[in-house]
Amino acid sequence: MAHILQTSFLPSTSTLRRAPISASKARSHSLRVKAKIREIFMPALSSTMTEGKIVSWMKSEGDKLSKGESVVVVESDKADMDVESFHEGFLAAIMVEEGGVAPVGSAIALLAETEDEIAEAKAKSQSSSGISSAQVVEEKPKQKEELEQAVPAVAPTVSSTKTVALGSAVHPASEGGKRIVASPYAKKLAKELKVDLGTVVGTGPLGRIVAKDVEAAAAAAASVVAAALPASPAIAAPVGSGIELGTVVPFTTMQDAVSRNMVESLSVPTFRVGYTITTNALDALYKKIKSKGVTMTALLAKATALALAQHPVVNSCCRDGNSFTYNSSINIAVAVAIDGGLITPVLQDADKVDIYTLSRKWKELVDKARAKQLQPREYNTGTFTLSNLGMFGVDRFDAILPPGTGAIMAVGASQPAVVASKDGRIGMKNQMQVNVTADHRVIYGADLASFLQTLAKIIEDPKDLTLGHER
Amino acid sequence: MHSICSQATAVPRSNFAFDSHAPALPTSKPINLRFCGLRKEAFGFSGLTHSCSSRVRFTSRGHSKRISASAENNGTPPKSFDYDLIIIGAGVGGHGAALHAVEKGLKTAIIEGDVVGGTCVNRGCVPSKALLAVSGKMRELQSEHHMKALGLQVSAAGYDRQGVADHANNLASKIRSNLTNSMKALGVDILTGFGTVVGPQKVKYGKVGFPDNIVTAKDIIIATGSVPFVPKGIEVDGKTVITSDHALKLESVPDWIAIVGSGYIGLEFSDVYTALGSEVTFIEALDQLMPGFDPEIGKLAQRVLINPRKIDYHTGVFATKITPAKDGKPVTIELIDAKTKEPKDTLEVDAALIATGRAPFTNGLGLENINVETQRGFVPVDERMRVIDANGNLVPHLYCIGDANGKMMLAHAASAQGISVVEQVTGRDHVLNHLSIPAACFTHPEISMVGLTEPQAREKAEKEGFEVSVAKTSFKANTKALAENEGEGIAKLIYRPDNGEILGVHIFGLHAADLIHEASNAIALGTRIQDIKFAVHAHPTLSEVLDELFKSAKVKATALSHVPVSEPVAV
Repeated sequence: MAHILQTSFLPSTSTLRRAPISASKARSHSLRVKAKIREIFMPALSSTMTEGKIVSWMKSEGDKLSKGESVVVVESDKADMDVESFHEGFLAAIMVEEGGVAPVGSAIALLAETEDEIAEAKAKSQSSSGISSAQVVEEKPKQKEELEQAVPAVAPTVSSTKTVALGSAVHPASEGGKRIVASPYAKKLAKELKVDLGTVVGTGPLGRIVAKDVEAAAAAAASVVAAALPASPAIAAPVGSGIELGTVVPFTTMQDAVSRNMVESLSVPTFRVGYTITTNALDALYKKIKSKGVTMTALLAKATALALAQHPVVNSCCRDGNSFTYNSSINIAVAVAIDGGLITPVLQDADKVDIYTLSRKWKELVDKARAKQLQPREYNTGTFTLSNLGMFGVDRFDAILPPGTGAIMAVGASQPAVVASKDGRIGMKNQMQVNVTADHRVIYGADLASFLQTLAKIIEDPKDLTLGHER
Repeated sequence: MHSICSQATAVPRSNFAFDSHAPALPTSKPINLRFCGLRKEAFGFSGLTHSCSSRVRFTSRGHSKRISASAENNGTPPKSFDYDLIIIGAGVGGHGAALHAVEKGLKTAIIEGDVVGGTCVNRGCVPSKALLAVSGKMRELQSEHHMKALGLQVSAAGYDRQGVADHANNLASKIRSNLTNSMKALGVDILTGFGTVVGPQKVKYGKVGFPDNIVTAKDIIIATGSVPFVPKGIEVDGKTVITSDHALKLESVPDWIAIVGSGYIGLEFSDVYTALGSEVTFIEALDQLMPGFDPEIGKLAQRVLINPRKIDYHTGVFATKITPAKDGKPVTIELIDAKTKEPKDTLEVDAALIATGRAPFTNGLGLENINVETQRGFVPVDERMRVIDANGNLVPHLYCIGDANGKMMLAHAASAQGISVVEQVTGRDHVLNHLSIPAACFTHPEISMVGLTEPQAREKAEKEGFEVSVAKTSFKANTKALAENEGEGIAKLIYRPDNGEILGVHIFGLHAADLIHEASNAIALGTRIQDIKFAVHAHPTLSEVLDELFKSAKVKATALSHVPVSEPVAV
């Protein structure tokens, strides 16, 4: 590999930086917002630029800035540009972290004129974070509004206090303290999912924290939220370690929307039907095709969709109180706890799409949900909702029907049970309990009963789940 | 073919007379004159036929009687020497020199103590390209987003480690046999054993335990190459602490591998390992990853090749001690701060790859017999690859090319140096312009470069008092790149606006390694921007990225009236 060598011919250039682009200077502008604390805005680096991505902050909070000094590198559609400070002062608070995207003209940092004002600026950035930074950071405002109107699904991040500076805290090797060994991807995920690695138990080689540990920790954190209000996937509640006891905290706009939806659900006359399904065959199938990327969620969604195809009324809803709306497609919404909140990504046409595609689609939706990039039609077009708390060991629960749909199914854990069979024998079988909540204006008890019978049949003899094409 | 001959532009071609013996050169036989070792695999299949005119152009003065020898045969031995030319080391450099020597009518022998092909073919560029081809395909198949954008559906991609390893191994064997056959076919004597210089124009060779043979030659080229450099304190066991030699065999794909060094080797392996599912931790002594690249290219490359992948890194640290895994303990790596030398961290990983560079392989060459002292193992040479002895004098008839001289440790540079030496010993003075030699890193996407980086150019400009300009184009604007859904990347041109001279070109993007040659040829031939911008590129092709680049450069009007560009300077 001689050619992939460094040679003396290619000297190190690590310390050299290209001269700041003068054009950016004219475009980066700071406004006087409050006495001596200024906001640094996302500059427009080209006429077509609508948003910019923060590539890197060249200064840290608390650093002194002189006029004309480069503060941040912003990625435009063509190249990275250095953005310079227009004023002297101290970088008081960074409002959009590296990798974050902000619309042109929105504040990305605060600049304090004197050192004393840094704290004030920080406080300001936090108090305004509910408004400006929430928009500025990853979350796209558009989606946020949609969320408030439609099924409220995303809850604010569990707690920001958990986001410790990972880089330095992770490997205090030289100190006597407890060392944390986490793989590179686990560290990246932890940062993304805002999981404190100090609280994660590693299951990798020699107790190392690997990616799935972080994912499990994130899911567990979210389950705290889910457990608080297990009634409906459409409910999200902020639960954090930062709760101050003895105080009254008003709803945020999103919590307000959740509350309204839940009250609205009371106007729908619902009833519940439960069923116990044996899952040995499903478990065996899952084991067999797991390696091909198939998930249990996709299998359950597929089974439900196939059953719904035979019982269109269970897939219907009542819009106006005096008619059936028979939905043309079977779109299974699945409640997932993510980032401390809940969202219901939708597997569209789940009856028609084959299980492998469905699994891929599911993964894609979950990834998008994590990145908060779900489009409205990807979370509010469900015709039937699945809520599964089985992974937390919940054996049965009931769910609140999301307004606008006809039915929701709560799925409990599959557990080994001693079962007496009809021929008088006793054996061990894996069984899970499902519980469907439905709108009795359109769906009656017999409908649900026969739907559940069909579903049980499909799950107990799951060969149809892996068939490729439309059925 | 003569892009290496920087002087070619200085001499009007039409003045070359055909040598009277030219017909002795076969015109229909494919002759491999490619100096880039990376391309040797094409030997024997290519239909490249060189006309006499291009072969014998520069042979009108001196030594013309040598030219009379047919290139088909190894030349007749001179009376006083066994050979005209002996090359110690049959790597890519030695191979390139041998082929050119035969072509020039020299009776040539090549001494190899290990396997023909050297590092490049057996433990370097060639097998690594096989692994990188696999990683590139895996990346594509794994990128659902990418596939979906193209309208493709692929179910989970997987791989068989042994199959991948076999592919790399088979490729190396194939290229090795091509290389061997190409030399045999031309009649190059392949002498087996370790070669040692025993005196002026005298070499002994032989296997351990066998009697030595002594051979003499008018000229001798040392081309012994290099071996992976392993810093002190690092214990290589070949299983969990490895060098590129071991890694290319792909005996395992560890869950977590630390790569010490983020240069070309480290970067390419990070591409391979992450595509195969490993997580990677880079350990870099300098403050920044990917030193050596143009800073702007490095920054972009880091955003594409490092940040989104399962890679983290520690910069500004030395790995002072690396202990292989044993007794159920993982590989441990002790890091100290590169500046303060304070202990900084201890890593526990599944494997560590040492990619800290390469050290010349010059021990046992017998250099002391002719009063030559190596410098950190490198054989000192002048710009014509002539070996310099301890007193600063040239050693007559002794040359050193390739990694062993350390000028530019690239396979194709070694080959070019070898050809340059053969030119000189056959009577034509020749100095290789190293600034025209391209380099490439075969990540996904690739990185390539030729000439100076922007900081180097600015430094030179300051010293010599000229102006430097920079032009950039994006792959995002290229039709072919967008059709491939691979719009990530830029090309950057560093040039003199006063006369249109190209100082450097850096490309990061799809097929960058193949795209660089338009720029390197331009530099080698002294072509200026105002001329090359009129060259036509097929549409739609990636080459239009460079077309755009040249067209976007702003050369001052005064340069447009043909002022000769200064001749490329050899280094």
